[in-house]
Amino acid sequence: MTAAAPPRPVRRRARPDGRSLVLRRGAASVVVRPRSVVVGAALAVLLVGTCVVSLAVGDFPVPPARVLRSLLGAGERRDDFVVLDLRLPRVVCGVLVGAAFGLSGALVQAAARNPLASPDVLGVTSGATAAAVAAIVLGAPGGLALPGAALAGGTGAALVVLLLAARRGVVGVRLVLVGIGVSAALQAVVSYLLVEADVAQAQAATVWLTGSLNGRGWTQVVTVGAAVAVLLPVALLLARPVAVLQFGDDTARGLGVRVGATRGAVVLLAVALAALATAAAGPIAFVALAAPQIAARLARAPGLPLATSALVGAVLVTVADLLARRLLAPTDLPVGVVTAVLGAPFLLWLLARASRGEGRR
Amino acid sequence: MTRLQAEDLELSYGDRSVVKGLTVAVPDGAVTAVVGANACGKSTLLRGLARLLRPQAGHVLLDGRAIDGMRTRDVAQVLGLLPQSPTAPEGLTVADLVGRGRSPHQRWFAQWSESDEDAVTQALSRTGTAELASRPVDELSGGQRQRVWIAMTLAQGTDLLLLDEPTTYLDLAHQVEVLDLVADLNARDGRTVVMVLHDLNQACRYADHLIAMRDGRVHAEGPPEDVITEDVVREVFGLEARVVPDPVTGTPLVLPLSTRRRRPSPPASAPSQPA
Repeated sequence: MTAAAPPRPVRRRARPDGRSLVLRRGAASVVVRPRSVVVGAALAVLLVGTCVVSLAVGDFPVPPARVLRSLLGAGERRDDFVVLDLRLPRVVCGVLVGAAFGLSGALVQAAARNPLASPDVLGVTSGATAAAVAAIVLGAPGGLALPGAALAGGTGAALVVLLLAARRGVVGVRLVLVGIGVSAALQAVVSYLLVEADVAQAQAATVWLTGSLNGRGWTQVVTVGAAVAVLLPVALLLARPVAVLQFGDDTARGLGVRVGATRGAVVLLAVALAALATAAAGPIAFVALAAPQIAARLARAPGLPLATSALVGAVLVTVADLLARRLLAPTDLPVGVVTAVLGAPFLLWLLARASRGEGRR
Repeated sequence: MTRLQAEDLELSYGDRSVVKGLTVAVPDGAVTAVVGANACGKSTLLRGLARLLRPQAGHVLLDGRAIDGMRTRDVAQVLGLLPQSPTAPEGLTVADLVGRGRSPHQRWFAQWSESDEDAVTQALSRTGTAELASRPVDELSGGQRQRVWIAMTLAQGTDLLLLDEPTTYLDLAHQVEVLDLVADLNARDGRTVVMVLHDLNQACRYADHLIAMRDGRVHAEGPPEDVITEDVVREVFGLEARVVPDPVTGTPLVLPLSTRRRRPSPPASAPSQPA
């Protein structure tokens, strides 16, 4: 210790709610919920573990130790090919797509103040689906045409929904109703296209419609990765006003939140994330709906924890894809089949709990 | 000098104009009650004063500046608002709810300062809700819940408090409890309070200044003794009533004349509240 000003200690105090700690240094302070930190760490460990297992198993099994060696750049050439070239893009894509869906779902549910809302409600999924199926049926060339069409369709449909729903600010209930209407119309388009298409095209379209990570490469990883890398920090910066938004518009405004601007930004973020994820992997069912609800129950924090939702989404898709690959091996199921099978009971359970008037968290 | 005032204010929902050409000055350091029949625009006026509604014409001035041009956050540091029947997210604790009142003073790098802590502790003790701090808000009784919400607006630390029907859905004892608290906030801290009230007699008891509205305009304004007369009650509520001095406080007491008498003995004595 020198004679210079002594370093100001970081002070820790429990907040009166008894569930969070305050770390203070000078004028700066952050609130930390130990439970959220523990849950986040546990999810991260689970995610990494699932990824390693997913990289290890397959028609050419590679022991986890050799998987790690490959990842660290010290593997044998044969392992490197299987692990890094064949499996890694798919696994990373699953992590990113899951995170994007989870975060998008949390944002939509926060903006709509409705636990049953998801990006589907904004027309993102149905718009992307209709555009992608149209691209397949009309015989679009491969490469980026399909994700490009899905991205354009998803954002386009979401913009239509937002324009129709917006009247002096985007309002929750009207947003949901307009979204359901637009989605229904787009579903009709999809059905029509499938009826018109020939068998091969219809089959390709159906696989895409289910949501699949099969054959996803670094192109998808880069687009979804860039989206998550840019949009996740933006979303986290919005977390505080979003939390206040849960008190209703009047109270939120009274507490100094620009309600219209915040909700607009949140919805745009959600649309961008969901559209890019759908473009990469197709509409993977239930992840955006379930991830925020699971995250909220794990974190037991008021409001929807955004980062935890992204982590839960990533874990869900990674685990589901591992099951999809291995359950009926060598048949490679679309990951959307697994998430749908797991997600449907969850949705029913959520509805049953909601109608019983829960409150025992 | 008045910190909050409206000039030629016109407020509407869609095409329906609710407040028309209204000019009021809220007296500083006093309790002002806005009264009037249903749909006379009293809640709308409060929403306009709180910057929840953008004026069609005219403006609301806060500290001499048009409130519409101010940043939401800056307004929230000066003016606190309790909306009609507010809702809290499920499972939220009282401490969390009251802590939210500090949001306009917080930043992502200053999430919980010592002044935040002090303000919340004080707000909890002022409203007698300190022992409820770790309870979930959904488990509280109506009266407790309303006190907790008032604690949240208190924690906001604003000189101006706007309360939209703070006694709705409360039984009589809890109504009095909440209004006593409001009176105390004014008397001890010198906070300026504007509240919308349904009950004329309570308004007369607790307000220094009354604004009686009719059809979106100020019909009468001033101390309750001057404003509440039998004529004004008839004009504002369309109700025939006797006005006598309140035996407890000496403020005007409105006794509606009912056409139906439950007992043969005169005079009219229906103790119900004005509809």
